[in-house]
Amino acid sequence: MSAREEVLGRIRTALGETRAPVPEVLRDYRATDDRPADVLLDVLVDRLEDYKASVLRCGPDDVAASVSAALDAGLGAGWAPGSVVAAPGLPDAWRPGGLDTDDDRPPVRLADRAAALTAVAVAIAETGTLVLDGTPACGRRALSLLPDCLVCVVTADQVVGGVPEGLARLDPLRPLTMISGPSATSDIELERVEGVHGPRTLVVVLVG
Amino acid sequence: MTTTPEDLRTDQTPLAPGAPRSGTTFLGLPTAPRGVGHLRGDRSFPDAARDALRDGQLRANLGHATTTIRGKRARVVAELPDWAQLRAAGSALKTATMARLDEHLEELERQVTARGGTVHWARDAAEANRIVTELVQATGSDEVVKVKSMATQEIGLNEALEAAGITAHETDLAELIVQLGDDKPSHILVPAIHKNRAEIREIFLRTMPQFQGEGADRDLPDEPRRLAMAARAHLRERFLRARVAISGANFAVAETGTLAVVESEGNGRMCLTLPETLITVMGIEKLVPTWRDLEVFLQLLPRSSTGERMNPYTSTWAGVTPGDGPQDFHLVLLDNGRTAVLADEVGRQALHCIRCSACLNVCPVYERTGGHSYGSVYPGPIGAILSPQLTGVEDNASLPYASSLCGACYDVCPVAIDIPSVLVHLRAEHVEAQEKPTAESVAFRALATAMSHPRLWRLAQRAASLGRLLSRGKPTMPNALPFPASAWTRSRDLPTPPAETFTSQWAREHGGRK
Repeated sequence: MSAREEVLGRIRTALGETRAPVPEVLRDYRATDDRPADVLLDVLVDRLEDYKASVLRCGPDDVAASVSAALDAGLGAGWAPGSVVAAPGLPDAWRPGGLDTDDDRPPVRLADRAAALTAVAVAIAETGTLVLDGTPACGRRALSLLPDCLVCVVTADQVVGGVPEGLARLDPLRPLTMISGPSATSDIELERVEGVHGPRTLVVVLVG
Repeated sequence: MTTTPEDLRTDQTPLAPGAPRSGTTFLGLPTAPRGVGHLRGDRSFPDAARDALRDGQLRANLGHATTTIRGKRARVVAELPDWAQLRAAGSALKTATMARLDEHLEELERQVTARGGTVHWARDAAEANRIVTELVQATGSDEVVKVKSMATQEIGLNEALEAAGITAHETDLAELIVQLGDDKPSHILVPAIHKNRAEIREIFLRTMPQFQGEGADRDLPDEPRRLAMAARAHLRERFLRARVAISGANFAVAETGTLAVVESEGNGRMCLTLPETLITVMGIEKLVPTWRDLEVFLQLLPRSSTGERMNPYTSTWAGVTPGDGPQDFHLVLLDNGRTAVLADEVGRQALHCIRCSACLNVCPVYERTGGHSYGSVYPGPIGAILSPQLTGVEDNASLPYASSLCGACYDVCPVAIDIPSVLVHLRAEHVEAQEKPTAESVAFRALATAMSHPRLWRLAQRAASLGRLLSRGKPTMPNALPFPASAWTRSRDLPTPPAETFTSQWAREHGGRK
């Protein structure tokens, strides 16, 4: 008998011939967050900053300038545009001049870039979570992982209240990366250290 | 603390590897085999715990860590007004999953396969190790990077790979510390919780190539930040050259074939993203039926485990995605005793565990004895019910007694596993399996006889007051009492009998009046 047949057979033996009915799952927890949109933006900013990310807010016409300011904050003034790599589908209006665009280079070659610039698919206010879904505006997973500084542009319409609303907007068949603050560890005496293997700096440009 | 006396230990009971568990729920389902993996310790819990209790450094580290995490967890859980509803939903979802586990697994297999992945089934640790080893060998690589995973620790995968000449690099900081220190993890979530910064610094200086050889800069302060950066430098090059990665899975969604790994450091993302081949080893209980179900668990897990609203990184993937991440994906579905757990209608709720470790951090026993005492990769209260069920209760007979039954673990469990009830259930199962009466049962039978006969009882009390001589004025009896009393006092404090019993005091003060 194959391992597959045997394991499935064991499960059927374990559950018995007359199976217990499947219990009803009561979903009476909060599925939506009805707070006004501007309140949710404030909650998102609060949570992101609590997790050691920096947030810059701007109007729809000032995104490129704010991205420049975000890179100043993340890399220090005087960064070289060629050292910053942007997701291929990022709107042109969001890009400061001279940035490199991610192409089909081997992923490991992203490691020597100073910063990456991406959009997000969804942002969850209550947990301070940005979700990248691998679409051209978010870029492939290695893009938001290897450069030491990550700048994400979030638009107000992408911000939802809680986790249920966030997941409902996502496609589970895409490779998703949920980011809540920069990478961190608490493995040594529970003292939190930002940035072990992923980007050590996260700067968010919030539009609207 | 309540632990089993020496003669209750039956860890040496002869049972063939993989022999069925005893007890009322015998269904002949094989348990995790002996001789492979890390579900059994070399010593029983009472023996290992006694040494741990004497280690003041360990107790100080643990006390600090568990208190800190407890506080953080309580704060973020209190933030959610619907925590009770989420917890109930999490519990019901797990019960629902187990009730149709075979159907969900078949669906998961269909979905993963449809998205370019390959699904393998493993009856036990040995089979899973063989499958993974062969998959790595097929790539031609002699090294792998690993995401921290309880399943691969459980089956002893690193040792199996090593035996085949394959080096496994643990990449989670704590797992790296444990691996470089030639140590064992002691906590589900923070495996190096028993090490402090000075010890970690020593391990790094001793083992990391960057600190070896002529002219190497050995200036490494024991600040956590500097130590973490040393680990970053150590692993960076390994991530960039790795061709094969091995991970576990926190969740798998049957409906879509989506796998999820929850982490903090980004080492998981490195492993899940950069190599060409990804092999994921997952216990068959880890799946949820639908994508929507993750909305419950992604709220319950981070808040219960690290006390965060959300962990820094969660990665999900379904099969392979052209141009993004590994192009060869293998999912190994592991039984290794889980179906034997499923067969026990009381004990099967141990399979609901989402490995958050909240129960460890509130347990007064764990806080004092640490994780190594449990002998299994699953320490603490959940380990005390999970390990004996996976191995058969006779192979971990002391663990169901490693609890005060205070119920704190049940209160914090995000999926409401009634750990105390399962502990009692397993104790009963163990007692039923005993063929000869134990010292404890003989003692209690004698006590019952004495208590139902007034003259015998007075005699016994007079005899007990002799114990005052042994205690030499201390409030508790020495733990070196002769057998059979030693069986009790070796793991418990026995109060010194009072100078006068209540009945004799009553007789003295009230004379003959009745």
